[in-house]
Amino acid sequence: MSVSSPTMTIQPMEKHRTKLNFARILLEGRAFFALVAIIISFSLLSPNYFTVNNFLIMSSHVAIFGLLAIGMLMVILNGGIDLSVGSTLGLCGVFAGFLMQGVESETLGVIFYPPVWAVVLLTCALGAFIGTINGVLIACFRVPAFVATLGTLYVARGVALLMTNGLTYNKLAGATELGNTGFDWLGFNRLGGIPIGVIILLTVAIITGLVLSRSAFGRWLYASGGNARAADLSGVPTMKVQISVYIISGICAAIAGLVLSSQLTSAGPTAGTTYELTAIAAVVIGGAALTGGRGTVKGTLLGAFVIGYLSDGLVIIGVSAYWQTVFTGAVIVLAVLLNSLQYGGRNKRT
Amino acid sequence: MNTAININVEPEVVLAARNIAKSYGNTHALKGVNFDIYRGSVTTLFGENGAGKSTLMKILSGVISPTSGKIILDGQPINFASPSESRDLGISIIHQELSLAPNLSVRDNIFMGREIMTATGVNFSEEERQTRELMKELEEDIDPLTPVEDLRLGQQQIVEIARALSVNARILIMDEPTSALSASEVEVLFKIIRDLTSRGVSIVYISHHLEEALQITDHAVVLRDGTMTAYAERQDIDLEWIVRHMVGEGFDLGSPPAGYDFGKTSLSIKSLCIPDQSGNDFNVVDELSLDVREGEVVCLYGLMGSGRTELMECIAGRLKPSCGTIVLHEHDISKLTIAQRIDAGLVLVPEDRQRDGLVQTMSVGKNLSLASISAFTSKLLTSTKAEQSLIDRMIKDVTVKTASDTAEIGSLSGGNQQKVVIGKMLATNPKVILLDEPSRGIDIGAKAEVFKLLAERARAGLSVIYSTSEVGECLSIAHRIIVLSKGRIAGEFNSSASKEAIMAASGESVAH
Repeated sequence: MSVSSPTMTIQPMEKHRTKLNFARILLEGRAFFALVAIIISFSLLSPNYFTVNNFLIMSSHVAIFGLLAIGMLMVILNGGIDLSVGSTLGLCGVFAGFLMQGVESETLGVIFYPPVWAVVLLTCALGAFIGTINGVLIACFRVPAFVATLGTLYVARGVALLMTNGLTYNKLAGATELGNTGFDWLGFNRLGGIPIGVIILLTVAIITGLVLSRSAFGRWLYASGGNARAADLSGVPTMKVQISVYIISGICAAIAGLVLSSQLTSAGPTAGTTYELTAIAAVVIGGAALTGGRGTVKGTLLGAFVIGYLSDGLVIIGVSAYWQTVFTGAVIVLAVLLNSLQYGGRNKRT
Repeated sequence: MNTAININVEPEVVLAARNIAKSYGNTHALKGVNFDIYRGSVTTLFGENGAGKSTLMKILSGVISPTSGKIILDGQPINFASPSESRDLGISIIHQELSLAPNLSVRDNIFMGREIMTATGVNFSEEERQTRELMKELEEDIDPLTPVEDLRLGQQQIVEIARALSVNARILIMDEPTSALSASEVEVLFKIIRDLTSRGVSIVYISHHLEEALQITDHAVVLRDGTMTAYAERQDIDLEWIVRHMVGEGFDLGSPPAGYDFGKTSLSIKSLCIPDQSGNDFNVVDELSLDVREGEVVCLYGLMGSGRTELMECIAGRLKPSCGTIVLHEHDISKLTIAQRIDAGLVLVPEDRQRDGLVQTMSVGKNLSLASISAFTSKLLTSTKAEQSLIDRMIKDVTVKTASDTAEIGSLSGGNQQKVVIGKMLATNPKVILLDEPSRGIDIGAKAEVFKLLAERARAGLSVIYSTSEVGECLSIAHRIIVLSKGRIAGEFNSSASKEAIMAASGESVAH
């Protein structure tokens, strides 16, 4: 498996498939073809769509969902689900905002202004902490993943609201005299013309892709997602793997929270509401099986771009936001339908 | 090799199977089976595990449909679309695995799917009355309103039987009905069977308790590897005849590897106890001690529930013992995890390869390399080249027949899948290998290949411990046969022992 950026060529077929026919290519590369179809259709419908600048803007929107989706992919490969990522994103954004406002210590009577790198690290640590709670609940206490992460969804959202009292942190730019400037760099700056958010997404994607295809952990993940009992008996530390995927998902959500609040230069407690569903949709459109064991980073990235480019395209050609919801839903159902076509014929052995 | 079979169906024949075949992918469970069921008689199907008995019964009762062949009921070819259709035609089945809803009461289970309806809903009192009557007939003191989960296994079996009786079936299929029953309950069941046959009901009976089945049967059909190997009436047969046709002659599974001396003791188990996993207050393995030496092949023979699966899973690290020690080459491994035991050189090939052995979403090659990932991982990343050479070596070593190592594991036949599971564990270079029913559900040729492979490894110093419930396999490559019964060692034999002696020690042929 190779990780490709969406602008590069994707090979929808794998070398070993000898009996390739047209339908098979279409089915296996469906997310890619869907993306091509979306780009062509909107380019024809609107002259503003097919411009470099528009693609960069749309891609920086995709970055948020893409980061969540990569974390979600790890969880789904393990056969689980993480509903808490939207709330984790919100809470992490608020937490970063809180740190940027300065932490007051009453005993010392001073206010600490942590530098931006420390804010980033602490926020990622918070995401990892939430993921650890999910993972321990699911792996050690056998709470169903759906319920455990539904619980953390509520708790994280509630904590975010409590921290801000329902308000939004606005001053995230920092000040030169406090030595904490640069937070907006994540969301606004560009490197070689590419938004930082997109670069972060691609970096995370490449690292995750390497981990999945070339590391022992990746193999453990595919094995325990495919058949946990068999993996366990083959010496795979299935419990550690299970906890790890939720931690990774939490960290991905924290990074997404940082990028989003940096893009907005504000951190609101309701940021990221229902984003977990978009992330799940991206993973599913990317061809991963919700039962675990099947899925790739490449597919998930394509899925995220399909959703992002579709909804932004609908905005550009002026379709009502209500219709966008309908279209997104239809795409998701179609994707799942194709998934069951692809995987349905297999493993019927008793 | 078989008795002539009438293609035309005699009037006395209620149900006839003609050329019934069933395939799952590349696995052929049944390869053209013919037999007749006579009115008012008991027909027993004999056969080892994987011979196709249960598949055949599922076809006759409409649970699954055959790949080819005909079922003839009262001279008319029929096709069942569903189990309820076959039930309406008067065929009822008691499944080997209990098919009761544990959360529902005895009454609701008995009338599940065919509730007695009135204009205002279900007539519970009538259902209850009929249930009470059935229980009286079965001489079992079970209240119709008790939830099934509160009953012990034998009583659940009685409920299952009662349900089958309650539909007034003309043909009653019983798949291992006595496996959970006590001796007195078996007596009652046999009385009921005789009562039913005198009323013209035909019984199809399957049991591993051969002598028990001989007590009740009128006709015997023997299946082996999906084909019918013998057919006879009760007066013409005896226990020896059944065993001979079940196990087969002329096919040698190999003999114990000879011409070398055993090495040091590799695995030593001292007074191991394993508590019952469903929380009952008894030990499934009770103070068991066993020593195995390098190069030795040991067969564990025992019936279902004898504790052999639990024993193996405990040695491999999946179950925790309540007392005793497991020592591998003078190191106590009782406290180690499964992964640490694999590193130490002790591996398990599990009983159910679909559930515990294979990762269905991964390729043949990745399944083979799964247990030895650390062997081709340096620093953080795996080495594709090292992995490929390991996979190629194992495919050759265990002679897996596959299109390529990237083929899906599900595309392989049962025997080759089993070789992949064994190859996966052998790839870790173990010192001791445990195999729980390695020959289950694979054909005789693959069985011989698997045993040959193990014999070769044993010659090179590997300690092999395998379990089986097929007595013929005990005597093939094992140097020593340990018979387990109720969690204890009930007998120890060498490879010159007789099948009857082994079966007697396991309690198989002494039902009462």
